[in-house]
Amino acid sequence: MAVATVATTHQDEDAAPPVRRPTGPSSRTRWKRRAPLLPALVFTIVVTQIPFLVTLALSSVSWSALRPGDHSFLGLGNYNDFVGFDNYATVFTDPRLRSAVVNTITLTVSVVLISLLLGLALAVLLDRKFPGRGLARTLLIAPFLVMPVASALLWKHALYNPTYGLFNGVINGIWKLFGADHGPTVDFVSSYPMPAVVAALVWQWTPFMMLILLAGLQAQPTDILEAARVDGANGPKIFRHITLPHLRQYIELSTLLGAIYIVQAFDAIFSITQGGPGSATTNLPYEIYLTTFRKFEYGEAAAAGVITVIGTIIVATFALRVVSSLFRQEQAR
Amino acid sequence: MTTLLKQRKKTARGEGDLAETGGIAWTATAWIITLIFFAPVAWMLLTSLHTEADAATNPPTLFSGLTFENYSALFDRGVMPFLINSATASIISTLLVLALSIPAAYALAIRPVEKWTDVMFFFLSTKFLPAIAALLPIYLLVKRVGGLDNIWVLVILYTAMNLPIAVWMMQSFLAEVPKEIMEAAEVDGAGTLRVIWSVIVPIITPGIAATSLICFIFSWNEFLFAVNLTATVSSTSPVFLVGFITSEGLFLAKLCAAATLVSLPVLIAGFAAQDKLVRGLSLGAVK
Repeated sequence: MAVATVATTHQDEDAAPPVRRPTGPSSRTRWKRRAPLLPALVFTIVVTQIPFLVTLALSSVSWSALRPGDHSFLGLGNYNDFVGFDNYATVFTDPRLRSAVVNTITLTVSVVLISLLLGLALAVLLDRKFPGRGLARTLLIAPFLVMPVASALLWKHALYNPTYGLFNGVINGIWKLFGADHGPTVDFVSSYPMPAVVAALVWQWTPFMMLILLAGLQAQPTDILEAARVDGANGPKIFRHITLPHLRQYIELSTLLGAIYIVQAFDAIFSITQGGPGSATTNLPYEIYLTTFRKFEYGEAAAAGVITVIGTIIVATFALRVVSSLFRQEQAR
Repeated sequence: MTTLLKQRKKTARGEGDLAETGGIAWTATAWIITLIFFAPVAWMLLTSLHTEADAATNPPTLFSGLTFENYSALFDRGVMPFLINSATASIISTLLVLALSIPAAYALAIRPVEKWTDVMFFFLSTKFLPAIAALLPIYLLVKRVGGLDNIWVLVILYTAMNLPIAVWMMQSFLAEVPKEIMEAAEVDGAGTLRVIWSVIVPIITPGIAATSLICFIFSWNEFLFAVNLTATVSSTSPVFLVGFITSEGLFLAKLCAAATLVSLPVLIAGFAAQDKLVRGLSLGAVK
């Protein structure tokens, strides 16, 4: 009955002379257009926004799951333990968390920068024809396809291992070539924890950068390149003045997408160093994980989560502007 | 029709079309770097085919006594349920993502709703919320409703995780469908469903393939939710891999075999559809 009423109302609106919106489509048409969008929109709002609101609420209560009398989830009772911004104060004064912020920035910036530069070099190499180019490209994307946990374990045990890892094996072999009994044994993960994690992530993400940049290189308009060559410009000059500006949008996109995923890096830290030694490689995601599932300080973990979100949003605001420029180009096409 | 042809004609050069040919030095450089990059994967494959004794030698041995025994050992240890769980979560969530994202992208590209760019940015902005910040409330909520160790929780989370990217990708593919062809079909008397089925679907099929590939890869490889929300019944392959290490101590050859086995579906899919991977990864910005 209610449905029928609604339908009648809609019909009335349709029948009525278009006073309010003289040029726009009728409300029924607008709802017809919105309908296909709604399931995805509602699903996304429910699954992504509600957890965030809950995180906000949790960040204002003192809730340690280790204390006797575990709270029921989101019971009003939790608000007896309302502590305002105390969790944030704890989080901000916690040296572990501050070092986690620094580690996250170090890790993200170095992995993005190095894999971008390597990816660009590889893309330039693969942009020229050479025997076996197709096979080379296939082999080069493999690191991105190997499961991240698998590649983390592979680096830790099969490559970095001081006694039988590949790297020490190679160093050993080279030293023997020069007549030494055996080479130095390097324990990469203990001695250079951050570079060890960075190297593994760079290896994993370089193909990703390469694929996007290679697509950019191959989308270069040939007539401009030919014109430049006719005018006598040499390779490096063409690269500097034509190719790089053309690639800008592709560089920005790969930086943005790479950063989104690398800021959240968890698998590599969990598997290679467990955040150690000490907290030398603990990044924000791993620190929050420890606070939640090792210390069981739910309130603190939530506050740290909110801070992470705010930090990400600052980066994202910049990033969205980048995407907007992509978007404008797309509309202009 | 002439304008249409002009519009479709691209000045960009296709793969290998007019690309310059490199000399011997170029070829050598490219191949040396390629082989260095591929070496860890090759090492993983090679080690997985060794016996444990041969795998843990220094200096390493290359081709002594290759065997598949590590792989059969994995199946004896019951890797199969984990692979099935991974396949279930990845495939069902990918199908759900397609079912939700294609209509949404239609509403954002073909007959755009008002403020459609804002909606697009809303979708993308959800990717900026770090998964770790959502893990605690999701964990508590799932625990509360008794849903821990349930594969359907992963299905829902993977759908939410991939939906924004899928909406962006599908929007860009649908925006490429030439309006003229749709209008021509409508003039000829085809209804909306007919236009969708016989004009739009054939054009966006490659886009659907690209979207599916990306969603499958990210779901198959996901670790954070899987390790924290599942226990014994519904654990996926990455959880198997990590549990394998901690419970067994270190068996290098078996670890390499396990790492290879769980990566294999994505490696095969990615190798088979490299071009689609590019379009997918770049959210359709790369034409």
